[in-house]
Amino acid sequence: MALDSKVPKGPLKDKWTDYKNHIDLVNPANKRNIDVIVVGTGLAGGSASATLAELGYNVKAFAYQDSPRRAHSIAAQGGINAAKNYQGDGDSFYRLFYDTVKGGDYRSREANVYRLAQVSANIIDQCVAQGVPFARDYGGLLDNRSFGGVLVSRTFYAKGQTGQQLLLGAYSAMNRQIARGKIEMFNRHEMLDVVKVGGKARGIIARNLVTGEIERHSAHAVVIASGGYGNVYFLSTNAMGSNATAAWKIHKKGAYFANPCYTQIHPTCIPRSGDYQSKLTLMSESLRNDGRIWVPKSMDDVMAIREGRKKPTDLSEDERDYYLERRYPAFGNLVPRDVASRAAKERCDAGYGVNATGEAVYLDFKSAISRYGKEQAKLQHITNPSEAKVYELGQAIVEAKYGNLFQMYEKIVDENPYKTPMMIYPATHYTMGGVWVDYNLMTTVDGLYCIGEANFSDHGANRLGASALMQGLADGYFVLPYTIGDYLSNDIRTGKISTETPEFTAAENEVKERIDFFINNKGEHSVDYYHKKLGKIMWEKCGMARNEQGLKEAMAEIKALREDFWKNVTVPGDANEMNPELEKAGRVADFLELGELFAKDALNRNESCGGHFREESVELDGLQKGEAKRNDEEYAYVSAWEYKGEPADAVLHKEELEFNDIELKQRSYK
Amino acid sequence: MNLTLKIWRQKNASDKGKMVDYKISDISEHMSFLEMMDVLNEQIINLGDEPVAFDHDCREGICGMCSMYINGEAHGPDRGVTTCQLHMRSFKDGDTITIEPFRAAAFPVIKDLVVDRSSFERIQQSGGYISVNTSGNTQDANAIPISKEAADKAMDAATCIGCGACVATCKNSSAMLFVGAKVSQYALLPQGQVEATDRVLNMVAQMDAEGFGNCTNTGACEVECPKGISLENIARMNTEFLKASLKG
Repeated sequence: MALDSKVPKGPLKDKWTDYKNHIDLVNPANKRNIDVIVVGTGLAGGSASATLAELGYNVKAFAYQDSPRRAHSIAAQGGINAAKNYQGDGDSFYRLFYDTVKGGDYRSREANVYRLAQVSANIIDQCVAQGVPFARDYGGLLDNRSFGGVLVSRTFYAKGQTGQQLLLGAYSAMNRQIARGKIEMFNRHEMLDVVKVGGKARGIIARNLVTGEIERHSAHAVVIASGGYGNVYFLSTNAMGSNATAAWKIHKKGAYFANPCYTQIHPTCIPRSGDYQSKLTLMSESLRNDGRIWVPKSMDDVMAIREGRKKPTDLSEDERDYYLERRYPAFGNLVPRDVASRAAKERCDAGYGVNATGEAVYLDFKSAISRYGKEQAKLQHITNPSEAKVYELGQAIVEAKYGNLFQMYEKIVDENPYKTPMMIYPATHYTMGGVWVDYNLMTTVDGLYCIGEANFSDHGANRLGASALMQGLADGYFVLPYTIGDYLSNDIRTGKISTETPEFTAAENEVKERIDFFINNKGEHSVDYYHKKLGKIMWEKCGMARNEQGLKEAMAEIKALREDFWKNVTVPGDANEMNPELEKAGRVADFLELGELFAKDALNRNESCGGHFREESVELDGLQKGEAKRNDEEYAYVSAWEYKGEPADAVLHKEELEFNDIELKQRSYK
Repeated sequence: MNLTLKIWRQKNASDKGKMVDYKISDISEHMSFLEMMDVLNEQIINLGDEPVAFDHDCREGICGMCSMYINGEAHGPDRGVTTCQLHMRSFKDGDTITIEPFRAAAFPVIKDLVVDRSSFERIQQSGGYISVNTSGNTQDANAIPISKEAADKAMDAATCIGCGACVATCKNSSAMLFVGAKVSQYALLPQGQVEATDRVLNMVAQMDAEGFGNCTNTGACEVECPKGISLENIARMNTEFLKASLKG
């Protein structure tokens, strides 16, 4: 099947408006007869559920947690971008669009990103109207800060809990619709398959995670908003339950999976400390506004620090290598995430890592505390303040900005980051790859939509900070409600979809067989045993840096691991009760397939791009020497994989990316 | 370190349930409490038994799922943390640790340490929102100036993660810290004023209907709250409720 992105004709800035003016609408009386299923209730799924219900559709929403409010969007810290230009520092729709396309290493779809920039301003208005308590300045107006990869202040925030507040906003909008009976909420339910009737998505099979009951749910359209697949690495910043199952199941039923190898490695995570570790914790990128990143210049100092003979605070300014400021003077500590991650890895690979495992660099707030302290002393008319006073005043400012992050760090590491620099290291965070969708956010299956992190479209090969929240809410509040209406306008005479059809029976049987297999297999290894092994292969061979040989090995190793899993996995307990091990088993089974496709996609893309650094593709000379080298002649496309059984047999379809409004050029943050 | 764990095991809502002892060794002080539970479960699975079911998800202290009652305290002995942020350095080699689900009539046990907190959902559905259309046709955000102090206070209330520690720790199983935080967030913001009367009346009525007890100003909820939600919010809810009752 040829890929049709369905991007509307006309000038970039008018595409979305013209599109909205010409789509078919559904009469409000008819919306009452149309059902929509939304799987996932984070920022994308929650906002979509609320808005579709508000419009009059009957929504059935599914979450595996006990409440939509616990979706992992809640953990996003730093902020949400919007081209409001409240600061008057030169922001505009075009600049947000430009930064996002450039930041994504020119691998996103122009029209989608421009639309995202256009609706970004509405998102802030919407959230404020819903009572989201964004940070304010003393004049009562909204405050902003800046994030990596941009030169303007366009990030709106609510302390370090922006994701939480935005999610609670969407959740409150959902609650209003649940109370009205327009959303039927299925908490503690997991989608285990999609049901297609006559080529169209017409329902899902879900498991009630409390009773174990397998349920059939029908609808006129199905929306997948199930988030990212970072847990394919086992260790990631994702929630423990975050999974690829819904996205992978629809892939197996005909939805193409795009750019699976595009994973974001986030530069500011708390380093790993031991083999028992279950996950990694992110520290907001906003810390890079005030924190300076460094490692010691001399190897002697590195060894002294690792052995505890010296403390980082013992080193003077000129004994420190502020490598981001040195290498990228224009952006300094605010380079995009992929650049900052790679630079940290480069220093640690060269032996300059500062913790016991050699996988940590410093994020230091001393300069900021001292700068803020001096400013405060002036404001408070304190003449000749002592160093301690300056420190006290400065610390209060830093605490007001990032207090909860500092507290979180101290709890985990047991060190006071106001006194000694934080240690950070890159970790798997957000997945830019996902289900392929067209401009309407529809997958390659009719009536099957995919929004938020679960789809692929807006971030290219790398996501800039504070843009995931923007995309989730843009898709859910403002894009999908239009595009899905255009599709549903053909369904006003369809009537209720029956769940008593052979298609539902077949899908349900398949789901039940798989569960029976897990319960009855009685192998010798736990699910986590396999998940950890998969994660190790992924990190070592499909991580921040990749090469042809490693990727080929990864494909073979994952296949072998998958075969062993299906022979030797053990799942205790029963199927007809709450059984967290059974839930994990199904998710890891899917990761074991996705992981192999991931490696295959990375192998195909023989260029360095975004978070994907291909060791064979590097700038050999000039100003950019040693930096990642993209190859636009051969790889300016989206790779969309069609399922053909084994992941190794997946067929590649290419959506060639066209850049009419932006010049493709090598990224430079120098 | 080596530990003895006494854990509440209950197969399902109708099972009677009992405390079961487990021995566990080689626990590092750097582990989080939930990582220790992972190690225990791996050990139980390898012995062919059923692991302990417990709620957890983000493991970053923000989702509010990990509802464990440890040594008689919600989320354990450390202050201002959820269970996922509690580290084994808070315990000593040879300790016996008692682990139970959150106990409250309005939070029935589903399995082992997992409880049903859907009563919190129903309270919020009864009025914990601002009735604004989600169409994006709202006024410009800066057209509603809000003083920094009000915004910060609303934010402090809004940081509640709905974990239920306040209920679990209260001798009356009162949910007033939770509901107070929700009511306060909207009461402090200009956007929330239009529906303020109905909101507080409905939310309080639903809270009572769910079987939560009353507040008797003991203040244990504030002490155990992982997000430091202050008692001031209960006072504000009471004021709002009184105002609303007089109006109504």
